[in-house]
Amino acid sequence: MQSLSNKRKVVSDKPMTFMEKLYLPAIIGGMWITFKHLFRKNNTIKYPEEQRVFAPVYRGMHVLKRDEEGRENCTACGLCAVACPAEAITMVAGERKKGEEHLYREEKYAETYEINMLRCIFCGLCEEACPKEAVFLTDRIVPTEFERGTFIYGKDKLVEPVDSRIDITKRQHTGKRTEK
Amino acid sequence: MVKVTIDDKTIEVELGTTILSAARQIGGEVVPPAMCFYSKLPGTGGKCRTCLVEVSQGSEKDPRPMPKLVASCSTPVMDGMVVKNKTSERVHEGRGGVVEFLLINHPLDCPICDQAGECHLQDLGYEHGGQGTRYEEERRTFDPIDIGNKIKLHMNRCILCYRCVAVANQLTDKRVHGVLNRGEHAEISTYIENAIENDFSGNMIDVCPVGALTDKTFRFKSRVWFLKPMEASCECTKCSGKAVVWMFGNEIFRVTARKDQYGEVEDQDGKAGWICNDCRFDKKDVSKWNIAGPRMINRHSVISQGHYQSPRQSIKKIN
Repeated sequence: MQSLSNKRKVVSDKPMTFMEKLYLPAIIGGMWITFKHLFRKNNTIKYPEEQRVFAPVYRGMHVLKRDEEGRENCTACGLCAVACPAEAITMVAGERKKGEEHLYREEKYAETYEINMLRCIFCGLCEEACPKEAVFLTDRIVPTEFERGTFIYGKDKLVEPVDSRIDITKRQHTGKRTEK
Repeated sequence: MVKVTIDDKTIEVELGTTILSAARQIGGEVVPPAMCFYSKLPGTGGKCRTCLVEVSQGSEKDPRPMPKLVASCSTPVMDGMVVKNKTSERVHEGRGGVVEFLLINHPLDCPICDQAGECHLQDLGYEHGGQGTRYEEERRTFDPIDIGNKIKLHMNRCILCYRCVAVANQLTDKRVHGVLNRGEHAEISTYIENAIENDFSGNMIDVCPVGALTDKTFRFKSRVWFLKPMEASCECTKCSGKAVVWMFGNEIFRVTARKDQYGEVEDQDGKAGWICNDCRFDKKDVSKWNIAGPRMINRHSVISQGHYQSPRQSIKKIN
């Protein structure tokens, strides 16, 4: 068949020349290239000690935000789960009871909220879909684990602790939610 | 029979038909939206003004246009009437104003509301609503209350369409709820938290165009677009037993009446297919239902998301 790209090379089976049969020149040539690389600048870094600077829009592990008063923003509306192309997000909604007003911002909240980090492709569509500014992707890296089950992150890992907030102001679109 | 033209489409209808039902007979784009009118409940309509249309020619004999936009749900057609709906700029503008008014006291808590995804006000706001609000005053607020042990009333979300009152008047033998007060202060209420226990009272959930009346057995269970609507029937002595069960996996999350494209109950065996409270609230067991198959859902509806249809099914439909 006619090649479409014109890049096809026909394999030849012709016998090697004398120089090729010697092998040594080719080996020395290869070693010389390896040797040259010893004096080049390193492309890699020594990871745990040295860390690269992340772009402000880097999409890493998710966080479920709380508002200024420490109440969870998420209302389990399910829009992140619809938007998710990998179908990694599941949730069960619950109704806020009397006396829980300091825990959840709205009448409905997510009783369980799970993201399967093995399914997640970190596209950030959940963050875009969220009407309550609850879910954000951060510059934290999802750590490696030994078992698959541990990659399903529940609310214990996703909701930010009240005392150590996770700063996402760099990612927020300015003026999106001005406090009323 | 009279001839009426709506958006350049002409149809012959019976004398006394309203413009809205004439438009529905044509179908498609020319049908004005309706929030309060419900064809299965006589006496509804004329309250919300979302179905406004422009009449550019009153009739054959008197071709003068009507000076103001008219509510198509309660205006009967005349011979030779020419109506503009989609093609009229005035209608679009007027409807935008109506939506703005409807949304004045509406809380916009769609992420919480169980009606989201099948809400007529959402659709209307999407098509005609503005980006923001000009309203600066406080919205009126009520606490959600239980009316009966199966129905939750969120008065915040109510747009006072009176459909549920019509249901109580026409489907149940004794009405125990209604609208109290007037104007800004009007609210749906049972007055002294009276239980609504009639067998057909659950239908007010189906007729509610917004999420003011919601099913307590389904409250916050799931979002409608995660569920799969299936046509099902059961043996029922009180109603036709033909309903839609909304399933998640092998579980029935809620039961509703079968609704047509305008959100109104379909006719079953020659009469409106209202379902009784037993079917709606108590039969959540798969073994009690005969499940016929998936219900056809508009491809553009959010409810059809994630419900992939095999091409073979659609090919069968074309043939």
